Amino acid sequence: MNFPILSSLILLPSIGAIFLFFTRSKSENKITIKYVALFTSLVNFFLSIYLWFLFDQTTSAFQFVEDRVWIEGLINYKVGIDGISILFIILTTFITPLCIISVNNSITKRLNEFLIAILVMETFMIGVFCSLDLVVFYLFFEAGLIPMFLIIGIWGGARRVYSAFKFFLFTLLGSVLMLVAVISIYWITGTTDVVKLYELGIDTKYQNLLWLAFFSSFAVKTPMWPVHTWLPDAHVEAPTAGSVLLAAILLKMAGYGFIRFSLGLFPTASEVFTPLIYTLSIIAIIFTSLIALMQEDMKKLIAYSSVAHMGFVTLGIFTIQQQGLEGSIIQMISHGLVSAALFLCVGVVYDRMHSRLIATYGGIVTIIPKYAILFMVFTLAALGLPGTSGFVGEFLILMAAFKDNFLVAVLASLGVIIGAAYMLWLYKRVIFGKLINSELKKMIDLNKSEAFTLTCLAIPTLYFGFYPEPLINTIEVSINDLIDTYNFSLASK
Amino acid sequence: MNSIELIFPEIFISLSIMFLLILGVFKKDSSKIIHNISLLVLLITSVITFNETLSVKPTILFNESIVIDYLSSFMKIITLLAAFVVLLISSNYLRTFKIFKIEYPILILSSVLGMMIMISSNDLIVFYMGLELQSLALYVLATFNRDQLKSSEAGLKYFVLSALSSGLLLYGCSLIYGFTGSTNFNVISTQFDTNEYALTFGIVFILVGLAFKISAVPFHMWAPDVYEGSPTSVTLFFTMVPKIAALTVFIRFLYVPFLNLIDQWQMILVFLSIASMLFGAIAAIGQKNLKRLIAYSSISHIGYALAGLATGSNDGIQSSVIYMTIYIIMNLGFFSCLLMMRRNNIYYEQIDDLSGLSKNHPLLSISLLIILFSLAGIPPLAGFFAKFYIFKSVIEQSMYFLAIVGLLSTVVAAFYYLRIIKIMYFDQEKDSYDKDHSLWLKLSLTVSTLLILMYFIFPSELIDAVSKINII
Repeated sequence: MNFPILSSLILLPSIGAIFLFFTRSKSENKITIKYVALFTSLVNFFLSIYLWFLFDQTTSAFQFVEDRVWIEGLINYKVGIDGISILFIILTTFITPLCIISVNNSITKRLNEFLIAILVMETFMIGVFCSLDLVVFYLFFEAGLIPMFLIIGIWGGARRVYSAFKFFLFTLLGSVLMLVAVISIYWITGTTDVVKLYELGIDTKYQNLLWLAFFSSFAVKTPMWPVHTWLPDAHVEAPTAGSVLLAAILLKMAGYGFIRFSLGLFPTASEVFTPLIYTLSIIAIIFTSLIALMQEDMKKLIAYSSVAHMGFVTLGIFTIQQQGLEGSIIQMISHGLVSAALFLCVGVVYDRMHSRLIATYGGIVTIIPKYAILFMVFTLAALGLPGTSGFVGEFLILMAAFKDNFLVAVLASLGVIIGAAYMLWLYKRVIFGKLINSELKKMIDLNKSEAFTLTCLAIPTLYFGFYPEPLINTIEVSINDLIDTYNFSLASK
Repeated sequence: MNSIELIFPEIFISLSIMFLLILGVFKKDSSKIIHNISLLVLLITSVITFNETLSVKPTILFNESIVIDYLSSFMKIITLLAAFVVLLISSNYLRTFKIFKIEYPILILSSVLGMMIMISSNDLIVFYMGLELQSLALYVLATFNRDQLKSSEAGLKYFVLSALSSGLLLYGCSLIYGFTGSTNFNVISTQFDTNEYALTFGIVFILVGLAFKISAVPFHMWAPDVYEGSPTSVTLFFTMVPKIAALTVFIRFLYVPFLNLIDQWQMILVFLSIASMLFGAIAAIGQKNLKRLIAYSSISHIGYALAGLATGSNDGIQSSVIYMTIYIIMNLGFFSCLLMMRRNNIYYEQIDDLSGLSKNHPLLSISLLIILFSLAGIPPLAGFFAKFYIFKSVIEQSMYFLAIVGLLSTVVAAFYYLRIIKIMYFDQEKDSYDKDHSLWLKLSLTVSTLLILMYFIFPSELIDAVSKINII
């Protein structure tokens, strides 16, 4: 316990980044640079696996806690994990090396700086999931904007400037209100330590406003309808690795924030605003699924499907039942894997044909069969076919929703059907059909690194689809405790 | 006679000014020597002042007209160090424009002397004397590049408008003197009658005069023109040093005699603060010249500092002081970058001139990137903490409206800082700039960037230093 394992997880990528900063970005150095970054992120990954191995699944208390005075009498640097956060940390450390491997083809200029941005981003993302102090959380949450802004802006597509600005300003606008709330909490209770706040509770009369302030930040980040508009833009223009990070991890920060802060700190307000969340989630699920159906750009389609999937997540969280919350977390992990893989799949064909339009493709199943197979696995996982991780999450969420509100559950199930429709249609139009575009014949099948990354993502997708037990075991106790506390504070009101 | 020792820094500076003037008259081509001696004088004075903070208890001298306490020493040290850095990094710029003359360091020294008197003043007359001393030096500094039309225009504009505001300020002083019978802060605080409206008028006039000096909206009109027209090194001086002194007077004037009238002046300060934050953020969006842009950005930053003062609490004052300290470091970094944009002896100052800077000058642009994100208040950089302390003290007084408006205007402000970053990083590159900058310029950029970047590791140091400021 003496070894500060969480701080090492947070700091390691940054140390790698500093190392890269002092490396010269010459063409002959490119391989070295990549291996340095890859090595750093792999060390981090194995460290996090080791962390999972050490993790005690039988308690809901925070583990590996580090508590240091940071600003005298004001803020403590406090990190720690429980069953909810550990999975997100592993997801982060798992996705980052894959991102770095995928950089191979897509990034031609300023590779060095790109890898620095990704590693710094990893630091901030892990920090978000570890922090047990509101100010520390806010710090990591906001700091992530800087590298992401640069990733989209420097290495993005044609409309990258617009997208980068939209991403940055939307998120910042949501977050500043959260800062007001964080300071208000400090003023009301005298502490920003999450563990202490769980014990103390926050006076009911303040909860609604505080909840809304946190909501404004998380809703933009999730993203929920109607503030989701930055996401398709950001995804379309970001380079593949950027899209992967954005979809797989950045969006999960908000879901995590909902569970950790909205439910944990403001139970009364969460109860009050549940109908709001339900409504917005249902709109997100159905409305954005319909929009996804009409997209002509593959990345945009997947981006809208992300919004729909995150709609399921928010729905599941606010059912405030064991199954719903477990489902939401599994759905987030699964979406992290699947959407990452789908963006990588789009990246693969984009690198070859330089087009993301669905109409460009068609009939490529005979030309690149390996790709077709892997793409199919992820398509099916995205639409929630039994046997993939997507199914487990959606099923649990819908089950909890049925218990709570029949109408909501029916509408959400409708979203599942539309989801199946747009994913299958996408697959049909890209992979099957007649081979009209003769240039497609020159396409080469997956190279080693692409095949490797996609397989790496396919294995957990299928494994957890058939056997979600390890995930559920990890989160079960913490979720249970969260719900008990929640119900207790509602009852004692 | 014991008390003379306490104003030794001021005496030392005034003697040095006289000595340097005589030296300048009798020795030819002495600008370099005078420049170096002035640097030494500033350094020595700050060391002396620093020693004072360690040993001296709060004292009021000379018929209670001068006050030496922790606040004054702290602010004096910042003033002196900031002036020191300005002088240090401006020599190359001045040489390029052939205005590397003996008057420049001497004028800076005399305005610093004026500011030190302002900072220590506990009496309206003393305060006005210091104010005029520093203003007169600043007028000349603004026109220092006299062959350029813009520079002369800047100086003239500054002079006329500043004289007007000084007039208002004096009128306010006379009203206060008329209704309390004294110009001394401590005496005023015991003499005034809260129901006397004329007194409130006096406060308002003085606040207007002071708001003019720190360029708070709606008394900001001179700032963009003057900042653009003055030589860049003087602009750097304008954006930082006079504001520290004026802000100190703000603190002393409002919190020593008129704390009981907080209901009257709090509204004014809240208005000044909100107007400055919003206007500074919105007006900067359309700017094309970096110096004009930084003028508007400084207007909005002063708004945040005023928000801290508007709280009427010790926490608020401390947060304002922290804010100004961090702001000065960021500004130093920004202007160091600006002074590095030189190609074939021409300095560039349009935003478009930064286009694609990151290709040719990766280190310079990454520093500027860090500084700009910090100015925008994005964590984990120092600028975020500065804003965090301000809003913490504001929310502690339940002034939610001020806090929310302030935070929303940071989003607006983020837009134009992002625009600069966009131009640096996303646009096509132009010719590269010269790389043979003076060691000091590089050093000041490196140090300020590192301070901004690393502030989050040792945030307590600055808070500890400021926490000894106790006015109420």
